[in-house]
Amino acid sequence: MLRFILKRILEAIPVLLIVATITFFLLHHMPGGPFDTEKVTTPEIKAQIEAYYGLNKPVWRQYLDYMGRLIFHGDLGPSYKYFGWSVNELLAGSLPVSIELGIEGMVFALFFGLIAGTIASLRKNTLGDYLPMSIATLGICIPSFVTGPLLILIFGIHFKWFNSSGWFFPRDRILPAMTLGLYYMAYISRLTRGGMLEILSQDFIRTARAKGASGWRVMCKHCLRGGLLPVVAFLGPAISGLVTGSLVVETIFDIPGSARFFVTSAFNRDGPMLMGTTLVYAVLVVVMNLLADVAQVWMNPKLRFE
Amino acid sequence: MPLLEVTNLRTSFHTRHGIVRAVNDVSFSLEKGDTLGIVGESGSGKSVTCYSLMRLIPQPPGKIEGGTAMFDGVDLLTASTEQLSKIRGKRISMIFQDPMTSLNPYLRISDQIIEPLLIHEKISRAAALERGIAMLSEVGVPDAANRIRSYPHEFSGGMRQRVMIAMALITKPELLIADEPTTALDVTVQAQILDLVKKMQRELGMAVIWITHDLGVVAGFCQRVQVMYAGRIVERAATDELFARTAHPYTRALQKSIPALQPKGAALYTIPGMPPDLSRPIPGCPFVPRCEFAQEQCKQPVELKDITPNHATACLRVQKGEIKL
Amino acid sequence: MSAEPPIVTQHLGEIEPGHSLWQDAWHRLRQNKLAIIGGIFVIILAVACFLTVTIAPGTYATTNLALGATKPSLHHLLGTDILGRDMLARILFGGSISLSVGLVATLVSVIIGVLYGAISGYVGGRLDVIMMRIVDIIYSLPFVIFVILILVVFGQQIILVFMAIGAVSWLDMARIVRAQVMSLKRQEFVEAAVSLGLRKRRIILRHMIPNVLGIVAIYGTLIVPTVMLLEAFLSFLGLGVQAPMTSWGTLINDGRKSMEEYPWLLIFPSLFFAITLFSLNFVGDGLRDALDVRASKD
Repeated sequence: MLRFILKRILEAIPVLLIVATITFFLLHHMPGGPFDTEKVTTPEIKAQIEAYYGLNKPVWRQYLDYMGRLIFHGDLGPSYKYFGWSVNELLAGSLPVSIELGIEGMVFALFFGLIAGTIASLRKNTLGDYLPMSIATLGICIPSFVTGPLLILIFGIHFKWFNSSGWFFPRDRILPAMTLGLYYMAYISRLTRGGMLEILSQDFIRTARAKGASGWRVMCKHCLRGGLLPVVAFLGPAISGLVTGSLVVETIFDIPGSARFFVTSAFNRDGPMLMGTTLVYAVLVVVMNLLADVAQVWMNPKLRFE
Repeated sequence: MPLLEVTNLRTSFHTRHGIVRAVNDVSFSLEKGDTLGIVGESGSGKSVTCYSLMRLIPQPPGKIEGGTAMFDGVDLLTASTEQLSKIRGKRISMIFQDPMTSLNPYLRISDQIIEPLLIHEKISRAAALERGIAMLSEVGVPDAANRIRSYPHEFSGGMRQRVMIAMALITKPELLIADEPTTALDVTVQAQILDLVKKMQRELGMAVIWITHDLGVVAGFCQRVQVMYAGRIVERAATDELFARTAHPYTRALQKSIPALQPKGAALYTIPGMPPDLSRPIPGCPFVPRCEFAQEQCKQPVELKDITPNHATACLRVQKGEIKL
Repeated sequence: MSAEPPIVTQHLGEIEPGHSLWQDAWHRLRQNKLAIIGGIFVIILAVACFLTVTIAPGTYATTNLALGATKPSLHHLLGTDILGRDMLARILFGGSISLSVGLVATLVSVIIGVLYGAISGYVGGRLDVIMMRIVDIIYSLPFVIFVILILVVFGQQIILVFMAIGAVSWLDMARIVRAQVMSLKRQEFVEAAVSLGLRKRRIILRHMIPNVLGIVAIYGTLIVPTVMLLEAFLSFLGLGVQAPMTSWGTLINDGRKSMEEYPWLLIFPSLFFAITLFSLNFVGDGLRDALDVRASKD
C-alpha cells in the first residue's frame, strides 16, 4: 500500500511540471497583454511596466525565472490586474471558500445519491426505482447554470428562505452546494443502483441468505463493499468535475472563491493569476485523485495484489 | 417421523417467453441421518427443488405455486421470514456448485465462516473465531489459524469448497443440501470432498441431500436415489436397487451413457433428442420424444408408483409389467 | 420390444429458428417505449432545426426594437426577446448549432477514442500500459480549464470550439474500445475462425468490427448530451459561439440575465435543452439495455 502511494506521488511530480510548462507557454501566446485595456499609455511607460514584470526578457528566461520562484519559494508571482497583490495572497483568501463549497457539494451528492441509488436497486422496476432514477436523469440533463438561477428564483426570491447571493451565513451554503452537487448526485445514484444490482445478483448473496442472514445484514455487510466500488471509482473524475462546476456556481451566487478569480482573470488576461489558479487546481485534483485511488484499493481486496 | 417431508411441490418461473414449470408435483421424504441423491440433467429441476425448500428462488420471476415441505412441524414453503431465518444456516445448511462465486470476494474467510455463528448463537467474536479455526482444520485446511485471514481468491478450488463445507457445518445442522459441490472440481479433489462430507456426516449424524448429474458419485455415497427429468421424479429407489433392477428408461439411458462402462472403439452412446421445453404443457410422460420404448399410451398422464416396496417408477409400461430393463 | 419408429424424429422439426444478436437487440429496443419516444423527438427536432436554417435563414436575427420582449402570442409562439427577435426562430436556430456541435464534437471524440483505444488494446504490452496511464492522468485533471485557456488564447472560432470539446470527451470511449478489443482478441470465436482458415482481414471485418460497433454506438450516443452540456457551459462563461449566432447555451445565459422580468426567455430554451438531453439519454440507455445481453430485466 505504501509503495503504491509513493509510486503515485513520484508519478504526479513530472505530471505537474508538464502541466505548468504547457500552461506557461500557452499563456505566453495570449493575444492582448494585460495592460491593453487599461488607460492609454505611452510607449515609454509601457516599456517600464514590461521591464517591471520581466516581460522584456526572452521566453525561456521568463520560464526559468517563473519555475524557479515557484519550486524554491512557492511564489506564484504578482497579479497583473490587481496591482500590489500577489497571486499567493489572492489565492490564500479565496481558496478556502472554494474548498468548503466543493466539500459541501460532494457531501450533498454522496448522501442523497447513495440513498437514492440503494433504494432504487432494492425496488427494481417499480415506482421506487423509476421515480428516483428519472429525477436522476433530470439532474444529469439540466445544467447547473439553469438549476442555480431557478433555485434562486424559487427559494430565494419567491419563498425568501435564502439569500440570492453571498457567502456570509451558514444558510448561504445550501443553494450553492445543491446546485454544484446535483449533477454528481444524479450520477452517483445511477452508479450505486448499477453496482448494487450487480452485487445482488451474485451467488454469494444467495450464500449469505442460505446462512440465515437478515436483509440488513446482507445489505450492509455483503453488498456495500462491492456495490459501492463504481461510486468510489467515480470519485476521482467527480472531484475534477466539481472544480469546473464551481466556475459556474461561484459566478451565479457571487461567491468569493478561486474559481471566480479564474474566470475573471481569463477575461482580464491576468497571466500569473491564470497560471496560479490552474496549478493550484491541478495539484488539488491530483492529491484528491490519489486519495480516491487509495480508497478504491482498500475496498477491493483483489486490487491489492496487483 | 421423517425429518423432512415434501408433498406436491410445484415451482415455476414466469418469464417473457412463458411460464416455465421447473418443478412439477414433486414429493419425497427424508429421515434423520439419511443420504438421498437427486440425479438429473441440467434443467431437470433437481436444484430448483432444493432452492424452493430454502426459499432461495428469486421471487419474481420464480414462484412457488403449491405444495408443502414439513420440517419439524414447520412448513418451509409458507413459514414467516423470521421462522425461516432461524432454520436456514442453523438447522438446514447448503453448499453450492461454484465456490468461487459463492464466497464473497470482498470479505475475509474469517468473517464468512463465523457469520452463521454470529447470526444464530449468542457468542463473542473471539469465541466464534476459535470455533472457525477449529472447523477449518477439521475440513482439512492446513495452517488454519493463519489461512483463515485470507480472501477467497487466495485459495484453490478444492480448498474453497472445503471452506464452504466448514461454513455450512459450523452450526452442526440436521440437514445438509449439497448442490453439485464437486462438479467444478478436479476428479481427485472430488473424491476428497466426498470423503470429507461422509466423515462429517458420520460425526454429526446429519441427513444429506446430494444433488448431482453424475451417477458414479451417487453410487459411492447415497443410500437412496431419486432420478428427476423435466421437473418430475421418474424413479426412486435404494441405490443398489436402482442399479440392479432399473425401472425407468431414462435411468437406463443415463447408465448407458457412462463412458467408462462402454466398449472401447465403439461410438459413445448419447440419449437422442433434447430435454423438453418446460414452458409448454406436457401431457403424459416427458421422456416420450427420446424414449426407445415410447408408445401412444405413454402420452397419457402417469403417476409415480411403487412397483416393489420402496422402489417407485413413473414409467407406465414398467408399471404394467410390459417391459423389463 | 415395440415395433414403432422412435418418436424422436417426429420432433426435430419443432426446433425454433435462432435470432441473431442484432435482431434480438432491435426487438428489445422496440419494446423500450422511452427510447423510442426519445428517438422520435430528437429526429423531429433535428429536422425542424435544419429546415429553419435552410428555409428561413434570417429570421432568428431580425430585430424589432420597438417591440421588445413580449410574452408568447399567436404571432410569436414562444415570445420575443429584448431586441424583439422571435424566440421560436432563435431556439430552432440555436438548436441547429447546438446539435451540430454535439454531432461534430462527438464524431471527433469517437474517432480519437476509437483509434486510441483500438491501438492500445490490440498492440498491448508496454505501449498499452503507457497509453492508458496517459489517459488516467488526463482523466484526473480538470481538462475543461485547459479548454478555457485554449479558447482564451486562440480566440473563439467555431471550429476550435468543436475540436476543443471533442478533445475533452474521448477518454471514456478510448477506455471502452480498448477493453472491448482486448476481450475480443482473446475470444474463442477468433481462435475458431483462425482454425477454420479464415484470413486475418476477414476476421477483423466480419467478427471484430461488428462487435466494437455496437459498443461505440451506445457510448457515442451518450457522448452527445455530455458534449452539448459542455457547449452550453462554455457559452455561459461567454466562450461559446459569438453573436449574432446563437446556441441553446447562449440563449439560456441571456435568459438567465433577465429571468426575473422575462422568465420565458430562460424557460423555453431550458425546456428544449433539457428535453433533448433527456431523449438522447433515453436512446443511449435503451441501446445499452438492448445490446447488453447479460442485463436483461427477466
